[in-house]
Amino acid sequence: MSEVRVAGVGLTPFGEYAERTTRELFAEASASAIDDADVARTDVEEVLYGNFLGELSERQGHQGPLMAEAAGVQAPAARYEAACASGSAPVREAVKRIRSGESDVLLVGGAERMTNLTTGDATEALATAADDLWEVRAGVTFPGAYALMARAYFDTYGGSREALAHVAVKNHEHALSNERAHHQQAIAVSDVLEAPQISSPLGLYDSCPISDGAAALVLTSESYAEEHDLDASVAITGTGQGGDRLALHDREFLARSPATRRAGERAYDDAGISADEVDVAEVHDCFTIAEVLAIEALDLEPIGEGISAARDGRTTIDGDRPVNLSGGLKAKGHPVGATGTAQIAEIAALLRGDHPNSEYVEDATTALTHNAGGTVATAIVHVLEVVA
Amino acid sequence: MSEQRDHVRDDGFDDWLDAIENGEPYYLTCSEEHGFLPPRHVCPACGSADVEPAPLPATGTLETFTVTSVSTPTFEDDAPYVVAIADFGPVRFTGLVVERDADDVEIGMTVEPDVVSSETTGERVLAFRWCSTSWCC
Ligand SMILES: [Zn+2]
Repeated sequence: MSEVRVAGVGLTPFGEYAERTTRELFAEASASAIDDADVARTDVEEVLYGNFLGELSERQGHQGPLMAEAAGVQAPAARYEAACASGSAPVREAVKRIRSGESDVLLVGGAERMTNLTTGDATEALATAADDLWEVRAGVTFPGAYALMARAYFDTYGGSREALAHVAVKNHEHALSNERAHHQQAIAVSDVLEAPQISSPLGLYDSCPISDGAAALVLTSESYAEEHDLDASVAITGTGQGGDRLALHDREFLARSPATRRAGERAYDDAGISADEVDVAEVHDCFTIAEVLAIEALDLEPIGEGISAARDGRTTIDGDRPVNLSGGLKAKGHPVGATGTAQIAEIAALLRGDHPNSEYVEDATTALTHNAGGTVATAIVHVLEVVA
Repeated sequence: MSEQRDHVRDDGFDDWLDAIENGEPYYLTCSEEHGFLPPRHVCPACGSADVEPAPLPATGTLETFTVTSVSTPTFEDDAPYVVAIADFGPVRFTGLVVERDADDVEIGMTVEPDVVSSETTGERVLAFRWCSTSWCC
């Protein structure tokens, strides 16, 4: 089985760029990734691209070939859709292809344009990740679905809005040095608690912003990296995916994420590591409660204790295991189709030492990314390790 | 966002709302007694194609809820509104909580299913009514 190397990473700034089309965003991110990797465009064998809302936001389907064109690559291309995990699905597919020996060089990425929609239309578009018949038609919005989980969590394990607020405060602090982050401003617990409620118990500052942006990776086989003398010290050593029923009410647990647990177990097993070995993680924090559910399901925190991890400093920048050093979806932003790829780009940069927050994880060798689709009916986890 | 032809029914789902309106609510069950909702042709838990309707318990228990202030355009005039998940034993489902102030909604309260009209679109919406005493259900 061939080892999968991260040869190049590329990110656009995340933020409100309503005028930027996804093809234009992906052109920038893919050019950065190809430059960073220092591979010939003619060596790219296929483009694997993630996007969720293209038909609704840009009236654009069939985006695979469009994005290969934008990247200046003449190769077959296809789009992957898994709601907010659309940016991780193509990475997982690329890992399998390189491992099998089918491919040596793949351009992988994702993009999303969202702020050209009104807030109402964006809310409606995002809600298509939930069950239309049984949830959306009953008034469930995306924040509403996570709010249902948050209240169920408080009822089952305890916890408070104040503890959740610390998750938001932490991730905003982490984004302060990340110039590509959507929000680069510190917030206080009181800001979170006093912000308008969107769907109780979640307020405006419990939620990630609606963002535009793109991310890209050049993934290669170990043999290609060695033959071409690439600077590719980070490998993707584990991949795992978990699934669950689409509607939240059909799940066994309202306050846990079994799909994340399954994805994590498979990724740990695949990489041959345990949760204890994870030095740093990027997890899906579209809402503050999502980070709590994720770190518990990934065994980074015991069930019922994830709620206090940010407040007690375990996941903060100077904690034992920092979570979301990029700022996370909460502060870095969440252009949904780009998020999963961006998590891997941020982790690769952290591990190779060229991220603004690398100094906080200097000795880190093992990292994890977790990307969730919908209310975690899809979860995709990757393990990254320093190998060279 | 997208326009659809008016009055095209959704098989299974609209039949189920009709049943609630007619006071004959049901759920689907398999030979292993898993519970699930239509339109399903096989049990999502065990894959059994041996699927039959069974009477839904008259009342359920509210498990979690949220007061949604920022809605999609299709619920604009309804906001703020309360959405909840209630447990009816073999199945859970999601609906609007009606005839109860948001401040008075609490986990554990007993509810019965109903169908109401959205104030925004006039479309049918699955709802929960609070059962304060035995006379209501
Ligand atoms: Zn069954």
